[in-house]
Parts: sequence; structure tokens; C-alpha cells
Amino acid sequence: MMQEGLDDGPDFLSEEDRGPRAVNVDLQTDATLQVDISDALSERDKVKFTVHTKSTLPNFKQNEFSVVRQHEEFIWLHDSFVENEEYAGYIIPPAPPRPDFDASREKLQKLGEGEGSMTKEEFTKMKQELEAEYLAIFKKTVAMHEVFLCRVAAHPVLRKDLNFHVFLEYNQDLSVRGKNKKERLEDFFKNVVKSADGVLVAGVKDVDDFFEHEKTFLLEYHNRVKDASAKSDRMIRSHKSAADDINRIASTLYTLGTQDSTDLCKFFLKVSELFEKTRKIEARVAADEDLKLADLLKYYLRESQAAKDLLYRRGRALVDYENANKALDKARAKNKDVLQAETTQQVCCQKFEKISESAKQELIDFKTRRVAAFRKNLVELAELELKHAKGNLQLLQSCLGVLKGDT
Amino acid sequence: MSGSCGRNPPPFPDNEDQEAELDTRVLDSDEYDDEGEDIFTGARSKPMTPTSPPDEGDIFSEEGSYIRTDVHHATNGLHSDEELDLFTEATVELTLTNTTSQGRREIIGPTASACNTTHVPNSILKPSIVTKTMEELEEEESGDQFELNIAVTNPEKIGDGMNAYMSYKVSTQTTLPMFHNKTFTVRRRFSDFLGLYEKMLAKHSLLGCIIPPPPQKSVVGMTKVKVGKEDSSSAEFVEKRRAALERYLQRVVAHPSLLQDPDVREFLERDELPRAVNTQTLSGPGLLKMINRASDAVNKMTIKMNESDNWFESKLQEVENEEQLLRRLHAAVDSLVNHRKELCSNTAVFSKSVAMLGSVEENTALSRALSQLAEVEDKMEQLHQQQAFSDFFILAELLADYVRLLGAVRCCFEQRMKVWQRLQEAQSTLQKKREAEAKLLWANKPEKLQQAKDDINEWESKVSQYERDLERVTCTVRKEVLRFEKEKARDFKQHIVKYLESLLHTQHRLVKCWEAFLPEAKAIA
Repeated sequence: MMQEGLDDGPDFLSEEDRGPRAVNVDLQTDATLQVDISDALSERDKVKFTVHTKSTLPNFKQNEFSVVRQHEEFIWLHDSFVENEEYAGYIIPPAPPRPDFDASREKLQKLGEGEGSMTKEEFTKMKQELEAEYLAIFKKTVAMHEVFLCRVAAHPVLRKDLNFHVFLEYNQDLSVRGKNKKERLEDFFKNVVKSADGVLVAGVKDVDDFFEHEKTFLLEYHNRVKDASAKSDRMIRSHKSAADDINRIASTLYTLGTQDSTDLCKFFLKVSELFEKTRKIEARVAADEDLKLADLLKYYLRESQAAKDLLYRRGRALVDYENANKALDKARAKNKDVLQAETTQQVCCQKFEKISESAKQELIDFKTRRVAAFRKNLVELAELELKHAKGNLQLLQSCLGVLKGDT
Repeated sequence: MSGSCGRNPPPFPDNEDQEAELDTRVLDSDEYDDEGEDIFTGARSKPMTPTSPPDEGDIFSEEGSYIRTDVHHATNGLHSDEELDLFTEATVELTLTNTTSQGRREIIGPTASACNTTHVPNSILKPSIVTKTMEELEEEESGDQFELNIAVTNPEKIGDGMNAYMSYKVSTQTTLPMFHNKTFTVRRRFSDFLGLYEKMLAKHSLLGCIIPPPPQKSVVGMTKVKVGKEDSSSAEFVEKRRAALERYLQRVVAHPSLLQDPDVREFLERDELPRAVNTQTLSGPGLLKMINRASDAVNKMTIKMNESDNWFESKLQEVENEEQLLRRLHAAVDSLVNHRKELCSNTAVFSKSVAMLGSVEENTALSRALSQLAEVEDKMEQLHQQQAFSDFFILAELLADYVRLLGAVRCCFEQRMKVWQRLQEAQSTLQKKREAEAKLLWANKPEKLQQAKDDINEWESKVSQYERDLERVTCTVRKEVLRFEKEKARDFKQHIVKYLESLLHTQHRLVKCWEAFLPEAKAIA
């Protein structure tokens, strides 16, 4: 159970339904390599994930094994993919976002400080609320880390990566530290250069219609997903606040109901009970909307960015190829360093063609994945909304029946 | 039971002369607008009026009428503008039971006569003193049913600029014989309502009646309306005020003594009312009110009544607790209203965003599903808005009303304390006069003795008068509190049931929305 000081996190997996948790990606589970996060522990400022692998591949020493990894090690793995030239032609699965319990922790702390100013019932209720919230955030971060690993494991090329195998198997600490200030600053400048370059590269018109179209499409899609993601977050936050208000109404009604034993007081108690229950449902609605809608949009925000990055790399390679062509022509014209120019040109050509080939398939796969994920989530969203609305309906109907029958 | 029996309709409105002393002064012109801010709006206690209390000779027996209020409401939970019947929201059923008629008159002589047993519609009836016990009052259930429906509608802005004001149509539909017509309409402005309240307060609060408080003044709200800002917030403000004024009048006429008051009748019937100008904050009476309120607050702290009856002490405590809790509840409901409004606007924005996303999506089925999702969210926005409306008008306003009403109940208790205080003072004065007489006897000064004896007689009669007053006020307060509690229980139950029905309606619509969307989502391929 969660301690006051949040020193130890809960083991949440005991009650969780062990269905396919890769909600945002429709993946086929492949017997040759199956990866999941079987356990997770939340400590003061870090989360420890237990990565569990089942594999029939010969590369691994055993068929089934587990290691403990932290968020930084996931980032290291992701970055190693990005930096690897060999993978330039693939959509690199987006890195999971950093686990962020700050807001939740702050709220729990504030609750602890304000303990004296509220009744025991109110305090226990609010504590349960916040603990549930903490748990929800926890589950989400686990899911996101798991999706990342599953995507890698499902990718025909990435799954063979050596770093990936080390990540899965090496049962010691990978000694990957988070980037220090200097490195983060370097990253920042790199990103600035990259985006400037990206603009330049994007400006170059592509001969290939498919890629030209993809470029325009992805740019616009990415922006709209970003917008929708932000707006969905705001909407869901208001929903949660409204559910919190119903909570306060329920407890105040309860207090009113316990003042006396008149008819009116009994009435208040019944209504308070009703609001307690409907409040729980409203909170679930907000949580489900968060999971099925907001998270979906967030994920595809990141994936569409990864797709854009792929297009950028291809665009970069195209520019390099074209520049190499021009250099070769010049060299031939001057008849100077021709061999070198030829080699450079060959290298660029190969790189470009390799990227183009895999990029096309990747982008098509991206589309398929996206459509499947949206379908799955929208169907589940609608089903859950219906379930909750019907639940609310039933509660209200039975309560009204009781209340009207009494008077 | 005492000598009252039979049913007597209330007396006819022929006692306007009675009101002369108690009418609020009418000043001529003014530069201030009506709805000046009441600085003490935060303080829930009602002001003590500067007018002098009614003559000490007045004795008012209590009416035994039992009033039932049924509010009929549209079942769809929507407070729409389709007011087919002006009075759908405004039915008040009155029952006149075994009572004596209550006029606002002084008792002239001994009045042991029994009341008329026959129904005498066109004559003036002699009032008689009747004291009833509480149990008797609770037994009186049946009686003639008279109908009285009041509606406040059609707010209209009259005038321009800072001198503008809203005029409301007050329509009455009644079968009560004391009114001249069965249906009639007048136009009133907000200060008229306040003026009515001041009059009620002046006349009835000293008897220990609970006077329903009118809606509060609001500088911000009214200024927006005056300035002519035609936006949703000023429309909302006017609607809020209209509904509040309607509820106020309905409460006033639901009160048996107040309904009998000729001022109330005049308010409902008379075409032109003299302008109640001393309801302005910065006028002379307004300032006086503030001063009185301040001194009352001090008084409250210093009077400690020697309570022989525990009922009053515990009841007052109950009322104070309840007021606190209702305030808290109101704050929570208010917060809910705001968050729902926020949810409403965020949903609208999200809906548009999803539509944009759908339009750029390449896969046709997904694109269609996304635009359907946008439509669903749009419908949700409307649902949220309607629900916020219900949250506010059914629940929040009820709670706000009752917080103020509980304040009025507390005033009622305070009145009783004041009457008791007056008795105490008279008793101590009597004591002093007796001591003075004793001293004179001892000092053997016969010429002053007669004066002393006269003094003693005077104060003895005063003391007995005040004792009777206290008894009467005590009885009235008790009765009033019971009536109030019954009404409150009814009100709360009705409104909460109505609110739950609105929630039910919303959930029904939600189910329909998502049921329509599900096949679209499944059709994505």
C-alpha cells in the first residue's frame, strides 16, 4: 500500500487486466520475440521497470528472462537508434515521455498539509482520490514504455539491433546516465540547426510524387494532431474538475444529512449516496477519455513527428545526393578528383536509394497502424462512454424511484 | 380550542388609512441609480428599519392558515423560453382553514365574540383575539382551496444610459375574493420589490415573522445592462434576476400573514406604485440602515438572553449550523457550474479541432468517423451547457435563496430577543419606581406619593403588556419556524428531484449520441 511519504510505490499489476496493453498500436504478437513490462516500482524520484522477454531466437542465452530498467535507459536505446545511420530509412518508434509524478506528488503533499482543516471522512476520500490519480499516471507511463519496446520488437530490422538485445538481456546496470547540462545544451543547438535545415530540406521539391505528397500531408497532419491533443487535454481536465465538485457536493450533503434524523435529512443522505456513485462514474469517464482519446492523440503526435524525421533524413540524403551529382559533374568537367567525386556520389546514391526504399514501406505501414489504432480506440471509447452513461442512468433512475416513492 | 371556528375569507382592502404611518417616505428626485451596491450584502442579517415599531397597543392573533406550495415544472428539465402558460412555474395553492380573519387593526375593545360561522364575502369582519396552541395549528389540515399564481416575466429595459432600469411584468391569477379581479398584470421595477420588502420588514418582523428576503442588488450586473451590453452574461443576469424576483413573490404570498397585508395586495394590483426611493444605498434612509445594522451587530454580541425554553437555543444553533453547511454546498455547486461551463467551451473547441483533423485524414472511413466524433462532441457541448443551466437555476439558486432565508430566520430570533430585552428594561424600571415609592413613603412626602403611584401603575401595565408581547412573539416564532421547516423540506425535495431528472435527461441524450457514433467507429477500415 502506498505510504504517506511515497517511498515505495504500489505493485499495481496484481489487479490489472492482463489484456494487450499496447493500446495505441495494433501489434501482432510474434512468438519469436515477445517483450512486456511485467512489473514496475515507483521510488522517490524514479521508476524501475521490470522488462520481461520471451524469445526463441538463438541470440539470447535463455528463452525467458527479466531485467530492471529505468527511464534513462529507454532514452539511451532510442537515441542509439536515431544516431545509427543504418536505420535512417525507418520510422524510429518515438521515445516514451518521462514519468511525471510531480503534479500528483504536489497535490498529495498539499493534502497532507491541509489535513487539519477538513473532516476525517473528507481527508480519507481526498487521499483515495489522489492515490487513484497517482496510480492512473503510473499505469500510463508503464504502458507508454511498454509500447515503445513492443514496437521495436515488432520491427523486422530494429528487433535485431545489438543494443536492443543488450537492453533486454544485460542484467547489470547499463550505466547510462542522463545527459548533463553541457550535453543538453548541445542537444538544444543541434535541434535548432536541425529545424533550420529541415526547413531548407523541406523546401526542395521532390521528384517522387509519393514522397512529395507525404511531406505535405504529414506536416499538416502533425499540426492538427498537436492541436487536437492539447484541446483534448483541456477538455478532460475540466471534466475531472467537475467530478471533483460533485465529490464536494456529496460530502456536504452527507454532513447535512447527519445533522438530524428528519425526513429531509434522510433525503439528503440518499442523494449524497447517489452523488458519490455518479461522481465515481464521471471520474471514470474522464479517465477513459484520457486513455482512449488524449493518449491516442499524444501518441500519434509523437509518431507523426518520427515520420517527419524520416522524411527529413531522406530529404537530407536527397540533397546530399544532388550535391554529389553536381560535384561529380564539376569534377568531370575539370577532370580533377573524379574518382573521389565518383565514390562520394555512389555512396550518396546508395544511401538515398536505401532510405527511399524502406521509407516508402514505413510510411505505408504507418498509415495502416494509424487507422487501426484509431479504429480500436474510437470503438472502445464509444463503448465505454455508453457503458458509463447507462450506469449513470440506472443509478439516477433507481434513486429517483426511491425518492419519489418516499414522498 | 378557543372561540374561533368556521371559515372566514380575509378582509377586503379597505384599510389603506392604516398604512399611513407605516408607508415609507417618498422622496422626489434623486440622482442615484436604484441598484446601488449594498455594502453589507455580505452580511446576511436584515436591517432594522428606522421607522418606529407599531403601536404597542396592537395585538395580532395568529392565523391558522396552512399553505401548501406546489410548483409545477416542465419535465424536460430545460428552463426554456417556451412559456406557453405563464404560470407553469408559479402555482401556489392557499388553504384558508379554521381561522379568524386578520386585519391590521388595533383591537378597540374586549373581543370575546366568536367569529362568524357563515361565509360572509362582502362584509367587513370584526377581528378577535385567538390564541392557538401549536398542536391545534398542526391539526388544521383541510380547508377551502384558493388559488393564487404569480409569474414574473417579460423583462424590458426602460430608458437609456445610467438612468435606465429593467421593468418586469408581474402577472397574477387568483380565485381569492380579496382581489378586485381574477387576473391582472402590473409592471414593476427592482426597487419596487425592495420597497415591498422594506414595508414587510417594518410591519411584520417585529412580530417574529420570517420575512422572505428579496434578491440582492448588483452594481456590476445592472451596469452592464444599463450600458446596453448585449451579451450572454447580461442576458443571463436579467434571467437570473427575473427568476429570483418570481421566487421572492411566491414565497411572500405563501406566507399567511404577509398575504393578508394590504401592501402586498397593492403591489400585485395597483397600476402605479409610488417610487420606493429609500431603498438606495446612498440615500438618507440607506445610510441610516447601515448605521442601524452596525449597531445591531454590536447589540447581538452583548445581549445574552436568559433562555427558559431550550427549544429556542437549540433551534438557533441548528439554524446557524445549517446556514454554514448550505453556504458550503452552494460554493461547491457554484464551482460545478463554472467547471461545467468551462467543459462546455473546451468541448466546443475540441470538436472543431477534431473536425480539422478529420478533414486532413486520408483514409476515408477514418475521416468520416472523425467528423462524426466532432459532431458528437458538439452535441456534448450543448448537453453540458444545458446541464450547467440546470445546475445553476435549479440547485445553486435554491441554495442561495435558503442561505438568505436562514438569515431571515435568525433575524426572527433576534427580534424575540429584543422584545425580551424590552421587557427586562421595563421590569427594572418598574422595580426602580417601586423603590422610589418606598423611599417616599419612608421620607413621608405625600405630595409626591401620588405621582409615584401613578408611575408604578403606568409601568406595571407596561410590564404586563410586554410580557404578553413576549409570549405572543415566542408563539409566533415557534409557528413560523415550523412552517418554514415544512416549506424548506418541500422545496428542497422538489428541487433536488427536479435536478436529478435533469441529470437523467442528460444521460439519456448522451447514450443516444454515443449509440449513433459507435457504428461509424466500427466502420473504419
